[in-house]
Amino acid sequence: MQSREPTIFECSVPGRGATDQWPQAEPAALADLPQRFRRKQPAMLPAASELDVVRHYTRLSQRNFSIDTHFYPLGSCTMKYNPKACNQYAMLPEFLSRHPLAPASHGQGLLACLYELQEILKSVTGMTGVCLNPMAGAQGEFAGVSMIRAYHEARGDHARVEIVVPEAAHGTNPATATMCGCTVREIPVDAAGDVDLAALRAAVGPRTAGIMLTNPSTLGVFERHIVEIERIVHGAGGLLYYDGANLNAILGKVRPGDMRFDVIHMNLHKTFSTPHGGGGPGAGAVGVNERLAPFLPVPIVGKDGGRYRWLDERDLPQTIGNLSAFMGNTGVLLRAYVYIRMLGGEGMRRVAEHATLNANYLFARLKALGLDAAYPDRRASHEFLITLKRQAREYEVSAMDVAKRLLDFGFHAPTTYFPLMVPECLLIEPTETESKATLDAFVAAIGRILTEIVGDRERVKNAPHGLPVRRLDDVRAAKQLDLTWPGTPAADSVAG
Amino acid sequence: MTSVPSQLEYTAAHEWIRRLPDGVVEMGITDHAQHALGDLVFVELPEIGRVLEAGEACAVVESVKSASDVYAPVSGEVIARNTALEQTPETINQDPYHAGWMLRVRLAPGAAAAAVLSAAEYQTLLDTEGG
Repeated sequence: MQSREPTIFECSVPGRGATDQWPQAEPAALADLPQRFRRKQPAMLPAASELDVVRHYTRLSQRNFSIDTHFYPLGSCTMKYNPKACNQYAMLPEFLSRHPLAPASHGQGLLACLYELQEILKSVTGMTGVCLNPMAGAQGEFAGVSMIRAYHEARGDHARVEIVVPEAAHGTNPATATMCGCTVREIPVDAAGDVDLAALRAAVGPRTAGIMLTNPSTLGVFERHIVEIERIVHGAGGLLYYDGANLNAILGKVRPGDMRFDVIHMNLHKTFSTPHGGGGPGAGAVGVNERLAPFLPVPIVGKDGGRYRWLDERDLPQTIGNLSAFMGNTGVLLRAYVYIRMLGGEGMRRVAEHATLNANYLFARLKALGLDAAYPDRRASHEFLITLKRQAREYEVSAMDVAKRLLDFGFHAPTTYFPLMVPECLLIEPTETESKATLDAFVAAIGRILTEIVGDRERVKNAPHGLPVRRLDDVRAAKQLDLTWPGTPAADSVAG
Repeated sequence: MTSVPSQLEYTAAHEWIRRLPDGVVEMGITDHAQHALGDLVFVELPEIGRVLEAGEACAVVESVKSASDVYAPVSGEVIARNTALEQTPETINQDPYHAGWMLRVRLAPGAAAAAVLSAAEYQTLLDTEGG
């Protein structure tokens, strides 16, 4: 078992701060600062040598679970390998050093990359307009639903304020609808994981602004009624929003535009190569059809003859406006651009094929071990749902216990307890970048855990055993969040 | 085995109601619901005086796993709410049918409870769901 790494404050030794850098006397500039705004005591900063600091943070980083160190089948998150080349090109000094207010004439190279990215995303998704501006998936959703609202408002159809959301949706969908001033109509899915069409027909009407749909859904299955859903929603005067969370599964195979979606957001960081999972940075580019094109956020990169320029409110008078200070998260956009250019059209199709093949291989092997599929009659898309309901009932072990035990075998846990409607579930997404050997090792670990559940249950219930910390107190962490460190030796020494 | 007291009524969305005198009902979430949610860390209750429509989302319970809406099992006006839950939401985990009550609602005139199940019917529902 790894030992606990002390905090940087515990590594602190009085006097190890870089005293050479301290001001020798009160700087003249401080003379005007009123006494009441001045610190009474020195800041409570740790004092450690450069080598101690390097070792401390290197050790911490080695305890992290990451794609670069571990298989990370976190369902719905598409934790695939991000080629280092994408990062390398995005970090070229010519990109990094460019000031965001530099004139377009001085940044034609960057604008050309972003323009080409817009064009490629249009062609991959089958949409007619793309804006790269939103800085995360949630902001992409916000842009999408804002455009749907702007469209209805522009037509004077003020009654359309309801967004239909299937119960299997990402939690962000109802949150987005609410943020955009809409009310949410939740509809169920049927026993096979498809949207309940009767419930959809009953939910739509003159108040329907649109539907938000993820396809393949968070249940890991392709929505087979999509043609009928499109007829029902468009027939009622609503629009169709495509949540691009699972775009990885259909790249180069099925286009949301061909499924007749009006608007889509793409999580570029997920599908197109930026390390993610720690809360950002992301990029939630949006794509639209002709109907919503006038409402796109700005800026967008335009091309006049051979020159690129920013399109703004003067070009799109009906735009919903700016969603970031400048161009969005340009670094993420550049990584996506490099990734897409490296793959090409053929490579993108293989992403979808291998993501689906890996998921179905893993699915079949886990079912052969005796695990229950949440939707046994369906083939997996790029991810699949296992339910441990039976194990919970018979042995009183939970999905969380299995997830924690997997850490001991060197695997990041799959997504647990999502979607909420499936009890004791694990949502498993292996992605296209894992080898068969890695998937087999994961199956072997699950097999051992299933044996332990029957023969050595406490081993599972008390996992993890080999990590620096055991079970964390989630409840206390949620209720008594305390992020301050009480007192530091360094502060004491300086004060003394 | 989760507890389903026979003197209470239930909804398919896992709320319970207890009929009190003078057309007032008390409500909360069932033992099955608290068990499925796990340790609760946050409860949001409607204001007193709010008029609820049966089936409408009227409260939120949040656990370390998820946040869920609680739906009004009856139409009527909120006349009392268990504000102690805001400090100690775990009471719902410990005692869902008594100390963990959430709201008292005065039934709207002529309002019947929406699709309420008996204890036996609710038990059947739980058995079917296999929870």
